[in-house]
Amino acid sequence: MTDDARPVVEIAGATKVFGTGPTAVTALESIDLAIRAGEFVSLIGPSGCGKSTLLRLIGDLTPATAGSVRVNGKPADEARRGREYGIVFQAPVLFEWRTVDRNVELPLEISGHPRAERRARALEMLNLVELGDFARAYPWQLSGGMQQRVAIARALATDPELLLMDEPFGALDEMTRERMNNEVMAIWRRTKTTVVFVTHSIPEAVFLSTRVVVMSARPGRITKVIDVDLPQPRTFETREHPRYFDLVTAVREALRQRETDGSLVEGGRGGDVAARIRAEGYT
Amino acid sequence: MTPAAVRPLGASTRVVRRSASRPGLSPRARALAVTGVVATFFVLWEVLKWLAGDPWRIHGSLLGVRVDYEHLPPFALSIAGDLALPHVWSIVGAFFEPAQRYGPPVWEVLIGASLYTFREAFVGFVLGAVLGLALGIVFVRVRLLERAFVPYVVASQTIPLITIAPIVVIYLGASWTSVAMIAAYLTFFPVTVAALRGLRAADPRAFELLRSAAASETQVFWKLRLPASVPYLFSALRISASASVVGAIIGELPSGIPDGLGGQILQDVQYYITGPERLWATLVAAALLGILFVGLVRVAETVLTTGRYRPANA
Repeated sequence: MTDDARPVVEIAGATKVFGTGPTAVTALESIDLAIRAGEFVSLIGPSGCGKSTLLRLIGDLTPATAGSVRVNGKPADEARRGREYGIVFQAPVLFEWRTVDRNVELPLEISGHPRAERRARALEMLNLVELGDFARAYPWQLSGGMQQRVAIARALATDPELLLMDEPFGALDEMTRERMNNEVMAIWRRTKTTVVFVTHSIPEAVFLSTRVVVMSARPGRITKVIDVDLPQPRTFETREHPRYFDLVTAVREALRQRETDGSLVEGGRGGDVAARIRAEGYT
Repeated sequence: MTPAAVRPLGASTRVVRRSASRPGLSPRARALAVTGVVATFFVLWEVLKWLAGDPWRIHGSLLGVRVDYEHLPPFALSIAGDLALPHVWSIVGAFFEPAQRYGPPVWEVLIGASLYTFREAFVGFVLGAVLGLALGIVFVRVRLLERAFVPYVVASQTIPLITIAPIVVIYLGASWTSVAMIAAYLTFFPVTVAALRGLRAADPRAFELLRSAAASETQVFWKLRLPASVPYLFSALRISASASVVGAIIGELPSGIPDGLGGQILQDVQYYITGPERLWATLVAAALLGILFVGLVRVAETVLTTGRYRPANA
């Protein structure tokens, strides 16, 4: 939440089309978005609105069909090759043959850090997510929430300026999710990392973010950007703040507005788009 | 814990994992099960002989009591006769007879022959595994080569080994090394097939994770593809282990090497009419060798993958 306003992510006219010809699906259409250093930005919208695709464009996991995506002032692919962001998926994606600490070490191994440094850093990150005692455990010995915390520790191991999170708590139960949200807030305050967070939970988006980007489907567009002016630090009390309820309502209305104006005409196509995006993601 | 959160990384390794982690039986229960199966098999064997085997007669005295009993089976089947299916105890007894007049007992000869064949099989297994994995790696790396060569790899396995073996022996001479080559020919195929699958089996998101970390193709191989393929490779190596024993035995036949189980089989076949149980004893030795070899692979797998999986009974 610094005011230096240096942009970490700059997206201009980004469009993503899957497939060609008559079966082509426009997942994103001319997206413009700038995210400044230290911001916590949530992307929210219905299934098929392209929020995950947008995140994947920023991470250069898929190329934009048109438009430009810049990270830290560089094209997205250059930033990726410079290892300038960490990523957390909906599933932990831990390597089951590696112990927890060696999972966290993985990105450091790839960037060629010496062993001793890796060890120290992995333990530091595991302590950050309060899993220091589980360093030598194997992933299967951990609960789903703990596994996801390991994934966060791994994403933070290289001390990236940008953290991309793709529905990281979507598979967790509500209570675990709230606890994880509190932890993410604590980590964000301590590390000052810029976060782009994809979610389909309105309370989660409002609680975590400094800005909520509301998207709509068919084609994927940004319909509204809502500044979340809730006081920092966000704690358990934040969820009882009257302003919190106002903002939750505001996001909900922004989401519903799109549903009622026109997109229902094409009803049923949403599933298609979601399926295509998923299929693309897995090849 | 939701299913999505704990899904194993190897996307479709479920079946492989089952066989990799042993069922939740105590060692005692397992030993009991194995003994039970073997005992049942022997009983059925003897029941068949009782019902349809050759007739026999006991004529003598036991502790001063005269015994005279004649057994006439109600049916007659040639496959249950003593020539085709010797009594279990004659086969067991064959191990303890001298192999030749004044020579060492059969079991000693068979252990020697098994060790000789094991050397050929083991060297062939290692060569075949390395070749099989190398082919798999090349094919996964270069799709075009996979398209071009996999049909020939498959074809190589439809050619009867019995036609390949003499050619190899003529090329490389009648030595145990050429037999090892023949064993390797049978070994590499399952490993290649498993590598083609296993090297691609990791979760697609794991590949994305490495992409986000800007990992090189070599790093992706060592840190993801190879470790993710381990359960697949071991399933193949277990098949290869027993196949390499078969390959070694068949390879010994045209090379005329008398020291291994193949040579022993040729000899037993020659004397089958006078001593069918000898061939059966050699057969048992060959089977035990295969089981032992597969067991060794199992041990190697357990050592390499300790801790990696949730124990079946936990």
